[in-house]
Amino acid sequence: MIRFGGVYKRYPSGQEALSGLSFHMEAGSMAFLTGHSGAGKSTLLKLIAGVEQPSSGQVLIDGKNIVQLSKSQMPIYRRKIGLVFQDYQLLHDRTVFDNVALPLIIAGADHQEIGRRVRAALDKVGLLEKERNLPVALSGGEQQRVGIARAVVNRPMILLADEPTGNLDAQLSSEIMQLFKQFNQIGTTVLIATHDLNLVQQMGYAEIALKQGRVDAGKMA
Amino acid sequence: MIRLLAFLKTYLLHHLQTAFSSLGKLWESPISNSLTSLAIGIALALPACLFILLFNFTQVSSQWQDGSQISLFLQQSLSDNKAKSLDKKLNTWPEISTTNYQTAAESLAEFKQRFGMDDLLDVLPDNPLPAVILVELKDEVQTEKINTLLKKLNALPAVEHAQFDMAWLQRLRNLNKIGSRGIMLLGILLSLSVLLIIGNTIRLTIINRKDEISIIKLIGGTNSFIRRPFLYTGFWYGIFGGFIAWLILLIVFYLLDSPVNNLAGLYGSQFTLQWYTLLSFFILPFLGALLGIIGAGFTVHQQIKEIEPK
Repeated sequence: MIRFGGVYKRYPSGQEALSGLSFHMEAGSMAFLTGHSGAGKSTLLKLIAGVEQPSSGQVLIDGKNIVQLSKSQMPIYRRKIGLVFQDYQLLHDRTVFDNVALPLIIAGADHQEIGRRVRAALDKVGLLEKERNLPVALSGGEQQRVGIARAVVNRPMILLADEPTGNLDAQLSSEIMQLFKQFNQIGTTVLIATHDLNLVQQMGYAEIALKQGRVDAGKMA
Repeated sequence: MIRLLAFLKTYLLHHLQTAFSSLGKLWESPISNSLTSLAIGIALALPACLFILLFNFTQVSSQWQDGSQISLFLQQSLSDNKAKSLDKKLNTWPEISTTNYQTAAESLAEFKQRFGMDDLLDVLPDNPLPAVILVELKDEVQTEKINTLLKKLNALPAVEHAQFDMAWLQRLRNLNKIGSRGIMLLGILLSLSVLLIIGNTIRLTIINRKDEISIIKLIGGTNSFIRRPFLYTGFWYGIFGGFIAWLILLIVFYLLDSPVNNLAGLYGSQFTLQWYTLLSFFILPFLGALLGIIGAGFTVHQQIKEIEPK
């Protein structure tokens, strides 16, 4: 599902974030992306999301090289990727329902379909009764669950999360991780960047450890 | 087919929702948005008022006389038959539309009727007035051509004197043309200012919603999806500006109406100021909306390209 082949990423500043990174994730698998800050975790996720372009190398997603996607194809591609952020990235002037509905509205889903799927997603993250609230009225953990509901409402093939528990305590973090596990169990490929190594060990999934822009061979699972 | 209809329904519904949520957003800051609409309204009202005044003026001047007229005063000695044959001949000239021959007796009768100096005229031994041929020129005849024609007519042996009556009307028409061109230019300039007002306002809105745009791009929103609410914002600014322009128009014409009527009364004219209320009620908001969409479109196109998710 996700295959990196000799990917280099140099920023205009001269900093090299990825130095010949290669790895592969099967469809339907789940893995943690670990490493110190600056090891290239965020860059890797940005390359999959099509936000950054590699300086060289191949990024194959579902068999397609996304480097070759045109500007008009990029939005369509991004609809197949669910993104979860450390700071949730919710729209604060819209209700929980409208936030979760956004990917469906963008995709042009029909009105009833939107209602049905948004409620299903909110039900899954346990926030059905808060659909009319504004994000500011929710706790951090709840906001992150809204973010996850938004990421999965469109049934993406890949779910990417960048430090999703970075702002949450241990109890909430493990709840969030359980959610990711559930989505993986219904077939979504899940890749989570985190530096919370305890959590990674608890969960017992594959770990892709980055060190200086490469997979840390000593820690291969 | 059913899928296409379903798609269209969803699409239209989305447009309606976007339109009304844009309207709702404007409602959230009523004062600054009213000021923007007011600025647009004034910029639209000024050329609109001038145009309507010009229409009124054009109508008055067309009532005065259509086309231009030359009076040919014939030689006293000319016989009636010769005058009639000259009248026929003139009718075949390309610059001339119609002619009207009036004998000396008829001229006298008209003079008496108009000025009522019967006693004075009766004292005179003969009719002092000459026979006249009134020559109506075709509308398209230019002023320079009228002068050469005038020379040609003066040179005719049967003609004592040829006089162009409507020189002042020609001048007035030319002034009218300058006026309408001036107003047109003013209209274009002020329309440009409407584009700039709307464009700049939308630019600020986009900057305020940069994060939102970036998030929408990240979850697969196309540029046209992102553009849409801003285009509707421009549309609403334009429509409101148009209505405000219309209200300004009503106020201006309400204030002008009675002085103009008084003036017309002094000239014994039945003229009343035409407000074109209904026409401008449709045209101004339409024009405003059009300018709004164009102004917003330009800005949004420029700005959205620059906002990329990080």
